[in-house]
Amino acid sequence: MNNVFVYIEIERTEVKEVSQELLTKGRKLANTLGVELHAVVAGAGIKGKVEEQILPYGVDKLFVFDAPELFPYTSAPHTDILVNLFKEEKPQICLMGATVIGRDLGPRVSSSLTSGLTADCTELEIGDYTDAKDGKTYTNLLYQIRPAFGGNIVATIVNPDHRPQMATVRSGVMQKAEYTGDARHEVVYPEVSKYVSPEAYVVKVLEHRVEAAKHNLKGASIVVSGGYGVGSKEGFDQLYKLAKVLHGEVGGSRAAVDAGWIDNDRQIGQTGITVHPKVYIACGISGQIQHLAGMQDSGIIISINSDPEAPINKIADYVIVGTVEEVVPKLIKYYKQNTK
Amino acid sequence: MSLNIVVLAKQVPDTRNVGKDAMKADGTINRAALPAIFNPDDLNALEQALRLKEQNPGSTVGILTMGPPRAGEIIRQGLYRGADTGWLLTDRLFAGADTLATSYALATAIKKIGKVDMVIGGRQAIDGDTAQVGPQVAQKLGLNQVTYAEEILSVKDGVATIRRHIDGGVETVEAPLPVVVTVNGSAAPCRPCNAKLVMKYKRATCPMERTEGDPYSYLYDERPYLTLNQWSVADVDGDANQCGLAGSPTKVKAIKNIVFQAKESKRLTAADAEVEELVKELLAEKIIG
Repeated sequence: MNNVFVYIEIERTEVKEVSQELLTKGRKLANTLGVELHAVVAGAGIKGKVEEQILPYGVDKLFVFDAPELFPYTSAPHTDILVNLFKEEKPQICLMGATVIGRDLGPRVSSSLTSGLTADCTELEIGDYTDAKDGKTYTNLLYQIRPAFGGNIVATIVNPDHRPQMATVRSGVMQKAEYTGDARHEVVYPEVSKYVSPEAYVVKVLEHRVEAAKHNLKGASIVVSGGYGVGSKEGFDQLYKLAKVLHGEVGGSRAAVDAGWIDNDRQIGQTGITVHPKVYIACGISGQIQHLAGMQDSGIIISINSDPEAPINKIADYVIVGTVEEVVPKLIKYYKQNTK
Repeated sequence: MSLNIVVLAKQVPDTRNVGKDAMKADGTINRAALPAIFNPDDLNALEQALRLKEQNPGSTVGILTMGPPRAGEIIRQGLYRGADTGWLLTDRLFAGADTLATSYALATAIKKIGKVDMVIGGRQAIDGDTAQVGPQVAQKLGLNQVTYAEEILSVKDGVATIRRHIDGGVETVEAPLPVVVTVNGSAAPCRPCNAKLVMKYKRATCPMERTEGDPYSYLYDERPYLTLNQWSVADVDGDANQCGLAGSPTKVKAIKNIVFQAKESKRLTAADAEVEELVKELLAEKIIG
């Protein structure tokens, strides 16, 4: 009762990093609240293969649902598992990844339990809330903090009366760390048929193909990123060249993705990837807040922009006033000359 | 087989084009500076629906939207592209809804519409980016769902075959009807407005959009298709406690404008000497290299 739950996402028998990041955050929230951290995972042939990827992050109790039909993921069976488990366990908080699966599953569970769900949180904290209308005060609520309105504002959302308080968080937003404190590490294997009705297995997955990521933006130490100021798809070729000589990765702003100049799996920002590189080179990026939310924790920020007043320049360590077309080839040239 | 398809569409402020005048001097949002548009992903959803209509003779496509009276424009935009009908949910009691209360309203309206084979919506709206309403509607109606769809490949013998994106890959799934599908913005773009349909429907309005002294009011009696369906909470037999602000479990505790800590930045021009100096400095400090 009243514990913190994390839904663990897997690809076959591999636990996704975002789930470990959420366990790390969930452990901190549980400690603040003085409750336990529980985790739930569902898949096929996972018993004995996933536990050690989950328990080290401070999990007190892990629920493993193992049945052949539970992988690949489909909406209804996983919804049944969470809804029925939560009816028994009555958690106060449930966290899941803001991934394709988390964003498919979370809303169904919240709709079924009539609980509030906040998508894409960038911070989670515990705090109090007083209802402005009736003056009623609630203690120890989950503050679900997220950018809103295209990233122009930050909203703190609370769910005063409904449980669980549900939130999704994107991969890379929280940092994962194994837990050094004590946790119970209990593992249970509930009977799947007690939770999932046979009618839930109606959607059939004919083909399920996952490729290894084409890039490692999340872990890159140098990111060269382009925005609308790059001007064209060809303009991005120079960015790839710069990234290659610097051994970095290429990303883009939403504007560049919308323009079709770069694949959307390379979008950096609130609705894309969050990066923490040592060096972030922003080429022709004006710096809408929704973009800054995905890169503000970079070590050194270099902005190349023809507009000296571009908002991103305010948070940059170095500002080069000039066009991307002119400056990027020069960076490549002088880097090569000085590293011979 | 003929299909009854409902497309979920939302009128949204165009948050992608936030210009310098989008924020007022006091730091609040200047909504007037943001044009109201058809949510981009919902147009991709409409295109999938219209293709199904073409492939399955006798099918109908209706646009379901919730918003203030001016959101009647969303229905017109749908009619211009080939939709057959539309419903505007408009009522003060619907206002202030979070995703759950929104999905309750939409699900209640879909029940009122009656026999529906497919509900197709955009993956998410650009003003909230939550992607929650589609799945929440599906759950409230007890229907299957397929999210992140790229293409509805076919509908045969009561089963839809759909190609969808998943993290790092693709899936093809089969889902029996009725089903709720949400469509990505990367799916096929929506066809443009058809000039004949624009001529036919440009005066189509919901009753609440009309003003006194409308010079075209005589047309409304002659041509019933110019009066768009407009539903209140009572019209869909809704429970006011589950609508709008009252029906929203999430509450906004605080809103703040984002202020980034300005850094003292080093400024330089694109001159060769300055760029080279920067590269040398970054190398010397082992920031790059």
